[in-house]
Amino acid sequence: MSLFETARKIYPRRVKGTFRSLKWLSMIVLLGIYYAAPWLRWDRGPHVPDQAILVDLVGQRGYFFGIEIWPQEVYLLVGVLILAAIGLFFATALLGRVWCGYACPQTVWTDLFVWVERFVQGDRNARRKLDESAWTLEKLWKKTLTHLIWLLIGAVTGGAWVFYFNDAPTLFSDLWHLDVSWSVLGWIMALTLSTYFMAGFARENVCTYMCPYARFQSAMFDKDTLIITYEAERGEPRGKHKKGESWDGKGHCIDCDSCVIVCPMGIDIRDGLQMQCISCGLCIDACNSVMDKIELPRGLIRYDTESNQRQRREGYRTLDIAHRKGGKTVVPPQKMRWVRPRTVAYALILSTVGSLMLSAIVLRPMTELTVNHARAPQFVRLSDGSVRNNYQIKILNKSHDDRAYHLSTQGLSQARLEVLAAGDEAVETLHVPANSVASFRVRVDTPEAPTHGRSDIRFLLSDTQNPVKTPESARHDSYFIR
Amino acid sequence: MSDAPEPHKDIDSHTGVETTGHEWDGLKELNNPAPRWWLIVWMLTIVWAIGYWVVYPSWPTLSGHTKGIAGWTQYDKLKHEQAEITQRQSGWLGKFHKASFPEIKQDPVLFEFARAGGEVVFKENCAACHGAGGEGRRGYPNLNDDDWLFGGTAEDIYNTINVGSHSTHPNTHAVAMPAFGAVMGREGMLTPAQIDDVATYVSYLRQPVASAAFTRGQAVFQQNCVSCHGEGGIGNRQMGAPRLNDAIWLYGGDKATLVQTITKGRAGVMPSWQSRMSDDSRRQVAIYVHSLGGGE
Repeated sequence: MSLFETARKIYPRRVKGTFRSLKWLSMIVLLGIYYAAPWLRWDRGPHVPDQAILVDLVGQRGYFFGIEIWPQEVYLLVGVLILAAIGLFFATALLGRVWCGYACPQTVWTDLFVWVERFVQGDRNARRKLDESAWTLEKLWKKTLTHLIWLLIGAVTGGAWVFYFNDAPTLFSDLWHLDVSWSVLGWIMALTLSTYFMAGFARENVCTYMCPYARFQSAMFDKDTLIITYEAERGEPRGKHKKGESWDGKGHCIDCDSCVIVCPMGIDIRDGLQMQCISCGLCIDACNSVMDKIELPRGLIRYDTESNQRQRREGYRTLDIAHRKGGKTVVPPQKMRWVRPRTVAYALILSTVGSLMLSAIVLRPMTELTVNHARAPQFVRLSDGSVRNNYQIKILNKSHDDRAYHLSTQGLSQARLEVLAAGDEAVETLHVPANSVASFRVRVDTPEAPTHGRSDIRFLLSDTQNPVKTPESARHDSYFIR
Repeated sequence: MSDAPEPHKDIDSHTGVETTGHEWDGLKELNNPAPRWWLIVWMLTIVWAIGYWVVYPSWPTLSGHTKGIAGWTQYDKLKHEQAEITQRQSGWLGKFHKASFPEIKQDPVLFEFARAGGEVVFKENCAACHGAGGEGRRGYPNLNDDDWLFGGTAEDIYNTINVGSHSTHPNTHAVAMPAFGAVMGREGMLTPAQIDDVATYVSYLRQPVASAAFTRGQAVFQQNCVSCHGEGGIGNRQMGAPRLNDAIWLYGGDKATLVQTITKGRAGVMPSWQSRMSDDSRRQVAIYVHSLGGGE
């Protein structure tokens, strides 16, 4: 067994068909979303960015349409990542590696780069010949043009990336005048180069050697998962076939290698399910067009489940070779078990986490209070014997209006509260400007008492302007030491 | 002999790779050269280093070092960065420099600037004795409470920071509590019995409980202590004599500690900070300490 495989270049041939069209469609939609999304506007009122999707690092806010995220709420991002992971598991359990085949950025950009390569240098054989030929003027300009277009796509990809972190129209005009920071240029450069190398050179090696999802998606498979299958029963023994010859004793696979040469991963699907297979379906398109040509039913290679294959092999189901209807081949419907313990479990987790996330976002308070008990010193004894504890409080006003609050305590008898605003000014009303954080120093005094140790104290914050609507805006539990 | 393999063409049978001919106990070293890209990067670093020698100071010479054509030095960089910081601070510091304590108090932003600066100065210079949060400890006053030996206004605190206590400053706070007992062979001003009585009296000052010792102690107090600590132990800030009828004790309010204090005397030391830090820093620290909670 060889432990090391030297990289070999793959020259996927052009193919036409249902799944190729689906791939074009998903590429156009996904790239369209990626490039256009930062340009969408969303009115949030004055002094707030109107970009629908924006990560404002300087202003420390994340905007996603109607949702506004503060740095304190980055944990929501964890929820989004969990949702994405479970979503991937769910889709994989149902449909196999559809993410890999149609939606993964690596696949999409590689597809685009291969298209460029083909546009400039021609199809599979032409590209291979060009690579093998000596350096001529033709090879030089074709190669140069290909790489220039790749770099251009990379630059546009990096360019779009930075728009997610800045106001897109402003940055766009700044970019034209080259009046941007080094970090912006650095990010554009980094993404230009990573796109160029990943989609231009690394390609299928990313899926085979680098991607963890590719590996653990196999664990999501069961016998009812859609995978790309080769009907060995029907195809073997494979061999060349001349037109008009009898098919007796021959499999339907004419060993034309079409499925192999269109494969962007460079594998032979007839060897069975393989780790490298990204389930893109291009071999299905290739095989179907060959079957059409030699007037055999389609579906020698197709999306199917292991369980269907086994049942046919064992004779529980017959191999429903497509019936010809008016000269058109029709593939019989496959039997799918969509509802399985695995898919039900994923669906349940997905909907639970999804609704938790939704309620977390919808119900999150517009005012937050945090209280930090001072540690040096934990408590202060005053000259009349009373005991003081100091606290640092922070009030987050996430609304877009200036707010005035009132602070009170609960749970500690005879507690006297003093709130100090900036400048050591004792205040009754705590003013917090719109969309900002304000901190106050708080002193709580209790008279001399024989009790010692730690007691609980609760701080309550109420909005003095909307007492009816929000009688208690926020609360925070802390402790008192004496 | 002619078809014997050349020694440097020894091919390893497992990997098909040529060996270097080096062998240790039957283990042969394969001749796998470093990857081309690695070599290129390595050569580029050499080229980079040569460029670096030309531009930056690098090689030592007998009397110093090569200067490099950029004329760059770490000292210049430091000076440049310090100038930048001074420039950045100058706006607020300039404003602070000119403002008096009441003026600073009226400008919340300037106050918070001063307080933040004072906190840093405090943690670097004062925390060693007074604690990181000014909580103090035995013999070193807690700065968070409302008991002040020499006054608790920002100006008073500023003055104490300037002159210190028993320091080298000409105007230092310098009144000490004398030793009333027999110390180092000298005869005491008070007998041990008298000291015991006055300690009883002082320890019950906050909540007087009539007893023979208390009454005897009161008499001793009237004769010996009132001149500094005042009638009923109300303290005297001119002298720096602590208030004795409150709940706060610098060395401890239990009777044994009081007996020790009266017998041997006390003289707390705090250095003068006038020559050790800038006036702006001393005023910032005064504002910070004043804001800790006990400021008057």
